[in-house]
Amino acid sequence: MRTRLVTVLLAVIAALMVIPGTAAADAPGGENLNGQIRQPTTIEGLDITVYEGFEGDEVIGEATTDSEGKWEVGLPGPGDYRVVLDEDTVPDDYVVPEKPGSELEVSVRPDQQRTVVFRLMTPAEAAEESKEASQEATEDDDAGGAGGGDAAEGEEGAAAPGADPGTSFGERFLQLTVAGLTFGLIIAVSSVGLSLIFGTTRMINFAHGDMVTFGAFMAMMFANMTLFSSLHDVFEGVPVLDFVFNPLVLGLVLAVVLGGALGAGLERFLWRPLRRRNVALIQMFIVTIGFSLVLRHVLLVVFGARREKYAQFRIQEPWQLGPLSLTPRDAAIMALAVVVLVLVASMLQFTRMGKAMRAVADNRDLAESSGIDVNRVTLYVWGLGGALSALGGVLYGLNATVHWQMGFHLLLLMFAAVILGGLGTAYGAMAGGIVIGLVAMLSTLWFSPQLMNVWALGIMILVLLVRPQGILGRRERVG
Amino acid sequence: MDILTISLETAIGPIAAVYVLAAIGLNMHFGYTGLLNFGQVGFMLVGAYGVGVGVGTFGLSLWVAVVLSIACAAVLALLLGIPTLRLRADYLAITTIAVAEAARLLYRAEFARPLTGGVYGRQSLAEGFYDANPVPPGRYGVLGVDFSANQVWLMLVTWGVVGVALLLTSALMHSPWGRVIKGIREDEDAVRSLGKDVFVYKTQSLVLGGVLGGLAGAMLAINQQNITPDQFMPQVTFYLWAMLLLGGAARTFGPVLGPMVLWFLLTAFDETLRTLASEDLLPFIDGSDIGALRHAFVGLALVLLIVYRPQGLIGDRKEMLVNVK
Repeated sequence: MRTRLVTVLLAVIAALMVIPGTAAADAPGGENLNGQIRQPTTIEGLDITVYEGFEGDEVIGEATTDSEGKWEVGLPGPGDYRVVLDEDTVPDDYVVPEKPGSELEVSVRPDQQRTVVFRLMTPAEAAEESKEASQEATEDDDAGGAGGGDAAEGEEGAAAPGADPGTSFGERFLQLTVAGLTFGLIIAVSSVGLSLIFGTTRMINFAHGDMVTFGAFMAMMFANMTLFSSLHDVFEGVPVLDFVFNPLVLGLVLAVVLGGALGAGLERFLWRPLRRRNVALIQMFIVTIGFSLVLRHVLLVVFGARREKYAQFRIQEPWQLGPLSLTPRDAAIMALAVVVLVLVASMLQFTRMGKAMRAVADNRDLAESSGIDVNRVTLYVWGLGGALSALGGVLYGLNATVHWQMGFHLLLLMFAAVILGGLGTAYGAMAGGIVIGLVAMLSTLWFSPQLMNVWALGIMILVLLVRPQGILGRRERVG
Repeated sequence: MDILTISLETAIGPIAAVYVLAAIGLNMHFGYTGLLNFGQVGFMLVGAYGVGVGVGTFGLSLWVAVVLSIACAAVLALLLGIPTLRLRADYLAITTIAVAEAARLLYRAEFARPLTGGVYGRQSLAEGFYDANPVPPGRYGVLGVDFSANQVWLMLVTWGVVGVALLLTSALMHSPWGRVIKGIREDEDAVRSLGKDVFVYKTQSLVLGGVLGGLAGAMLAINQQNITPDQFMPQVTFYLWAMLLLGGAARTFGPVLGPMVLWFLLTAFDETLRTLASEDLLPFIDGSDIGALRHAFVGLALVLLIVYRPQGLIGDRKEMLVNVK
């Protein structure tokens, strides 16, 4: 029965691979305004000032476009802002057209990284343009970083991630389903380890979210190293090696290795000694909380509070697949997540170590008495969990942004996923993760995107009321 | 010397009293009943917004608003307790941490703006409180510690509430009800076999501790006179845990001692780092990093305390050998 269930699940996951679509996750966390001036060319040295409110004079932040024409201003919170382009800094070759002009009013939702587009044109174009109908000039960056200057033509600000209000309900539903699948796969990858760790040690790892952040930051650190970018330059243009030696791909591999090492190191040098000292489980929970505080804030001190994107794969032309547009980056995230989940599931299902892991998760004492080296299995589980959480972190960072609190936000959804699927079951975490991702994204069809996490957590409470053992958990007394 | 007096001021100031109140609530949950509440900040949030919405939105009098705070905290406790208290302790832990954060997201959401003020929160909440100040204006203090008349009035009230809460918990814990509660912490099944409805007792404990947390939130709102949702981050809960464990859980005065000592240490830590940083002795630390380092320091303290001295300063080690079943 169980094997059949798993096989069906594997088939479903594999089937998800062929569903095309766009991925657009709303990044939870702080707000910013950003943009890139690259029409007609990238212009450096334009001054941009952000004021509080549509009328106010209080300056929130200033930015100057860099050599690629990009600028970014962090915001204190959601609300209304006025973005002003200093026309004196515009080179004489260009003018700012009347519409939309050099002063834009934008409303920023919580957790939104909003792209503000200023248009510049040659005087000749401007004369022509002034006859045409006015156009909304701002658009969401929710579609995943691709929102640059040229994408804005005639589009309205999106009401929900990745979906324009102009498109039909069906199309938005499809877009958000794919976005939800991507998000859900990321949650699934990250939470398999959480569930397995709970299964083998009965311990809830509250630091799991920060292990996700750790992975994302490690990949960013390596991807920004000159060593790797110069290595990449060597293979630039060579068909396969160009991709393999991309700094971010190398960074991802190293981050996963380091994440695994972090997990295994924690087990070997923290949890195992604590178990030897007979520290009670409640105390262990508090230790994981303390460790998560330490890890999160050390990462904050080392890498800063800025919200960043990986420099690689940042701007991509989306593929048009029927009504859907899908960036190659998001397609790759989904494909990689599915491959990894299938590999992990096969490992758990068919290898000796995988079977031992499931046995220990099922019943630690029984597994030990049947000759399984429980300590070794636990070490492997922590290594696997750490590596998967780091991978989840890189994928999440690629899909949204890298931020010191990204892991904590994801942790709450991971909890919802593992409880929905059944605490301690790896396959449950996978299924639960996908469901939670879908629920979070699809809820934005009807409700405010700010509340997408609240809906996911609402599902968790509902499951606790109705079926506390989760979808795949075995029926047993849990209270 | 300066650092010492500033630290002392925080240790006995109104903020410390607010944390003491919330820690007494947490002590009721964890210390006596063994409930893993990782979302005490959620109770503080609804408590603070009881005052914020009551006074700021509906223009009620402060005293009615405090009653509203208590009611909100009780409702939140029931909402948390009914699905989870029948289950294993870890389910409550996960649910509390998640619900506290979800509550913060709800209160700061755009659609709640007419009621809660959204991200901007509510302002000027405590004018009625300070109008009723019987302390004559002036500065009060000894040994370099210095408080204004309004602060003295606030401290009298908050520490007064703390005193009442202490009397209440102490009386409850020496009553038959308290013995059942401690029995649940030690061995739930044994208590159940004696015919006690464990679920009801746990729910009562959760509501009581939650109400104390809500009161702490209301006091915080009065103290600051304005509130925003983002000051109720999950870190606050973990501060409370560190304070409770430092003082000693399952002791009447543990949650009083812990916050005072920890606030003293944290302020001294902050001020020392800041002084060093201002004299360029710490070139590798940014001024903005001090807050983050402080959080990391609390995390480390939490780990070391629970491993090496789970009973804290004045606790009883035997009482802290509780376990999750």
